[in-house]
Amino acid sequence: MSRAWKLGAAVDTDQIVPGAVMKYGLDVIARHCLEGVRPEFAGGVQRGDVIVAGPDFGIGSSREQAAAVLVQLGVVAVIAPSYGGLYFRNAFNVGLLLLTCPRAEEIADGERIAFDARAGTVTRENGAVLACEPIPGFLLDMIEAGGLLNQLKTRLKSRTEKP
Amino acid sequence: MQAPVTPPQTLAQKLVARAAGRERLAQGEIVNCRVDLAMFHDSSGPRRLAPMLAELGAQLWDRNKVVLVIDHFVPEADDESHRIVRLARDWAAAQRLPHVYDSVGICHVVVPQHGHIRPGMFCVGGDSHSPTGGAFGAYMFGIGATEMLGVVVTGEIWLQVPQTIFMHWHGRLADGVVAKDMMLAMIGRFGMNGGRYQAVEYCGDAVVALPMAERMTLCNMSAELGAQAGLIAPDETTRDWLARHGAPGVDVAPWHGDEGAAGVRCEFDAAALAPQVALPHSPANARAVGELESTPIDVAYIGACTGAKLEDLRGAARVLGGRRVAPGVQLLVAPASVADREAAEREGVLRRLLDAGATLLPTTCGACAGYGHAIAEGSTVISSTARNFKGRMGSASARVYLGSPYTVAASALQGRIADVREVLS
Repeated sequence: MSRAWKLGAAVDTDQIVPGAVMKYGLDVIARHCLEGVRPEFAGGVQRGDVIVAGPDFGIGSSREQAAAVLVQLGVVAVIAPSYGGLYFRNAFNVGLLLLTCPRAEEIADGERIAFDARAGTVTRENGAVLACEPIPGFLLDMIEAGGLLNQLKTRLKSRTEKP
Repeated sequence: MQAPVTPPQTLAQKLVARAAGRERLAQGEIVNCRVDLAMFHDSSGPRRLAPMLAELGAQLWDRNKVVLVIDHFVPEADDESHRIVRLARDWAAAQRLPHVYDSVGICHVVVPQHGHIRPGMFCVGGDSHSPTGGAFGAYMFGIGATEMLGVVVTGEIWLQVPQTIFMHWHGRLADGVVAKDMMLAMIGRFGMNGGRYQAVEYCGDAVVALPMAERMTLCNMSAELGAQAGLIAPDETTRDWLARHGAPGVDVAPWHGDEGAAGVRCEFDAAALAPQVALPHSPANARAVGELESTPIDVAYIGACTGAKLEDLRGAARVLGGRRVAPGVQLLVAPASVADREAAEREGVLRRLLDAGATLLPTTCGACAGYGHAIAEGSTVISSTARNFKGRMGSASARVYLGSPYTVAASALQGRIADVREVLS
């Protein structure tokens, strides 16, 4: 079961990672993640937690750190009704699962939920099942591989190992 | 036997089909595309790509198709910025990159100004405002660093063939009303994700009448509409501009949508458009300037790829008209590129801005992306930039309003957000 951190609508990339800390590495960025929205998040988030957000999560910049920082902090999925398109691509590339769930906002802050990416479901603490939009198979493979970098490693390795 | 009927294709479909090596494509199909150009800057590029390339033990697929622009962390304000910029320069030298533009302006302006983007191309950029390339009839979109790694190693990227939303502008803009106002009006109407990551095509006689700099502003801010790409069918204006910027003799003829191609169509009356201002802290908070209550300002910022090209600087100088800015107002001008700044200097435009009381800042992304320390805490700012997210300009307590460079100049004169039409009349 994953604990939900609830956020509002249109949480943009600059709120997830403020521009002022973009010059640092992910370890420093992680300490400032979402500091203007939920100051207790960076210190309180635990491995296995999920973010539940309103529509248009991740709109704005192409800065991939806005997805990678959540992986760094141990967040295993984001559940929201919609995402910024660029953020959607970035998230899968760095191994962060995004579930597009029209009824995400029914989930309460701190609620324990379960999810199944291939089945496209989120199960609430009270047993209610929320449907998610299907995710193309090659993107689910990317999540299972831990992101595009790992997939490229496998691809280049198999290329060099061919006789 | 009749030849099979080909369904009419949008410009976006034709551009993606060419890159995918296909005759035609269905909207919604997922395809692999070959990339003609990969652009990135000091923030999204070498600092992220170099370690991953080393980890993979991989090489660039084609260094001639890579363009690096150093525009974010220059001039270097601190040790971290120094480190990032030095890494970019050293890496570019080690890779023997043929196309590097160091401290000469913002990538979305510098790359087209050197003729790198031409009609029919398929391009990616390591920056969300990369749809700017669509102004030249190229399919161009922003991607993150890991995806850029995939591109520079394989030369390919996947894409879901987009639907097209046609933004049809008819009529003629009023004097002092410009592309930034058109864009803010569209973002205000459809919201920051109204583009649903599909393609937006700007069309109609009001768009055809726009010079390239203005078309670039429209396509650039397709990012604020949440579109993947923003396109304008190339024409004589495109051809002539490219001929003057290192890309003579391009063929624009193939790059337009077919009559009757499927898409959503939205109509706008250019003549009825008032100057637009977006309230803090979202471009989607746009409204006609007349709907604002009196809003005194501390800072007027003319900068960014969407607000400080030569045409923007000319417009601002014209609005200022030999007067000085209101007491207590700081007018900051950060030209979009060195070429724009030098042209403004030659024309006397820069002199007129300085005589009005402007402070000249470096030709970089600067305060638009929160770099440098141009904006004081607690200030109220009217800015010609593309985004006014909370904290975006480097100060968490600043209240940033967005408007055209004309509106920014008019507001600087009056010390409060002003209707440029009243200043010009």
